Amino acid sequence: MIEIRNLSKHFGDLTAVDDVSFQVARGDVLGFLGPNGAGKSTTMKMITGFIAPDAGSVVVGGEDIAVHPVEVKRRIGYLPEGAPLYGDMTVKGFLRFIAEIRGYRGGECDQRVDRAVELVSLGSVLGKPIETLSKGFKRRVGLAQAILHDPEVLILDEPTDGLDPNQKHDVRELIRGMAEDKIIVLSTHILEEVDAVCNRAIIIAEGRIVSDGTPAELVARSIMHNAISITVLGNAANGIRDALAGLPNVRGVEIDEEAGERVRLHVFPEGGAMLIEEVGRMVRERGWEIEELRVERGQLDEVFRNVTVGEGVMV
Amino acid sequence: MSNVVSIFKREFLGYFSTPIAYVFLAIFVFLSGIFTFYMGSFFDRGQADLQPFFQFHPWLYLFLIPALAMRLWAEERRGGTIELLLTLPVTISQAVLGKFLAAWAFSGIALLLTFPLWITVNYLGNADNGVILASYLGSLLMAGAFLAIGACMSALTRNQVIAFVVSAVVCFGFVLSGFPLVLDFFSSWAPEFVVQAVSSFSFLSHFNAISEGVIELRDVVYFVSLIAFWLFANAVVIDVKKAD
Repeated sequence: MIEIRNLSKHFGDLTAVDDVSFQVARGDVLGFLGPNGAGKSTTMKMITGFIAPDAGSVVVGGEDIAVHPVEVKRRIGYLPEGAPLYGDMTVKGFLRFIAEIRGYRGGECDQRVDRAVELVSLGSVLGKPIETLSKGFKRRVGLAQAILHDPEVLILDEPTDGLDPNQKHDVRELIRGMAEDKIIVLSTHILEEVDAVCNRAIIIAEGRIVSDGTPAELVARSIMHNAISITVLGNAANGIRDALAGLPNVRGVEIDEEAGERVRLHVFPEGGAMLIEEVGRMVRERGWEIEELRVERGQLDEVFRNVTVGEGVMV
Repeated sequence: MSNVVSIFKREFLGYFSTPIAYVFLAIFVFLSGIFTFYMGSFFDRGQADLQPFFQFHPWLYLFLIPALAMRLWAEERRGGTIELLLTLPVTISQAVLGKFLAAWAFSGIALLLTFPLWITVNYLGNADNGVILASYLGSLLMAGAFLAIGACMSALTRNQVIAFVVSAVVCFGFVLSGFPLVLDFFSSWAPEFVVQAVSSFSFLSHFNAISEGVIELRDVVYFVSLIAFWLFANAVVIDVKKAD
């Protein structure tokens, strides 16, 4: 369990983190979302004990990092933003250094390094200097370093930044595979990632938590959540719109696109109600020829924009 | 302690993973030879000792040691690895000490590589090897003081060039403070004890005796406390401005 209590940090006049509190339990993968400069990295730097907060505390497994910094750091694996590494060392030399600092000696040191190398598939570059590696490999070395001691708590600052889609997939699989018995906090600005690996998402903007919930709850806040997208052949756009608007539980209908012989509309439900049955019945009754009919889940980036750009944007 | 050893090993091997080590060692040995034979008139003196060699060490260290120390922390800042290092289960003092000891051991190797001079002087005459050993130890101690200053200056910036220039200037101040040039400036207006104090801060006044093979406790205490002070300052600087 990690507990973040009323964390604040100022840099001069800038308030980077403003009274942030949350808890993460074992088995949780918490996605930390927010625009650039929102305070994600600063919060992570405070959780890992790199910088001290101006106010508030970080407690990991019952120990306050301000009181027992070394003990808490032992429990944490951390991938800092940009995955900084000692470029002049070889991958193997670097991981051995980390293993030694983590207190492993002799055979156990080798075992730990081998296991981490295997988990992130670094076998082919073991003897190469880190500075000669591609961005994807460097990021994986950073990950290997963070998971080497099989930590209770894993803090990953943008773990998939700069990776290609296959590598992203691999890293997400790795995180999912470790999630069960760990506390994982990862920051990202890729929204699909939250959906893919996290069971909880916190959105932070201007140093404050503006949203905290499961990815599903987050998506449910989208105006597109459970909306029906329908494309009808024909040109009576306004007639179709008015007919759909007359259905029960419909908050509004929007003509998305009108091109030649087809019209595409969005039907927004009242309070997230399911409309597919009613819309389907209407399609049959009126004999519309339809090209597409589907229920939208909602768009994370729209929710993200709404909660981070400021109040008043959300309808 | 084991953390200090791990950091020491990493830093020490780090010198050899780039050409820095070899360039530094070659230049150090070459320059100490030049100083000894040309400027120190090693042969003309007709004495079998290494005083001409040791008396130039403060000047040699003045620009070579800052070059050795400049990367210690500035590089960590520039590469962001300081965040990696300080979120590992190590204390700042362990990191400061490990890095310093690595650089110090490296300068010790540079000193050891001047052994041909020692062989030469023993070949040419009956040298007092006790005196030579004492001078070597004293020189190593002084190198440590230069290094501690350099490490602290390196902690202040992410730019190695700035770290080099600033630590060279600070070291220059410590070397010069025993010179009449500096002392006259103070003696014209400051009370005697201030002049004495400034003079007593000089590397030169403490090293002169050492270069003749006389190790006095006060000189050792001087260099050791100088090292302790600057390493402490180094740790404070890192603690206060880790993330800058």
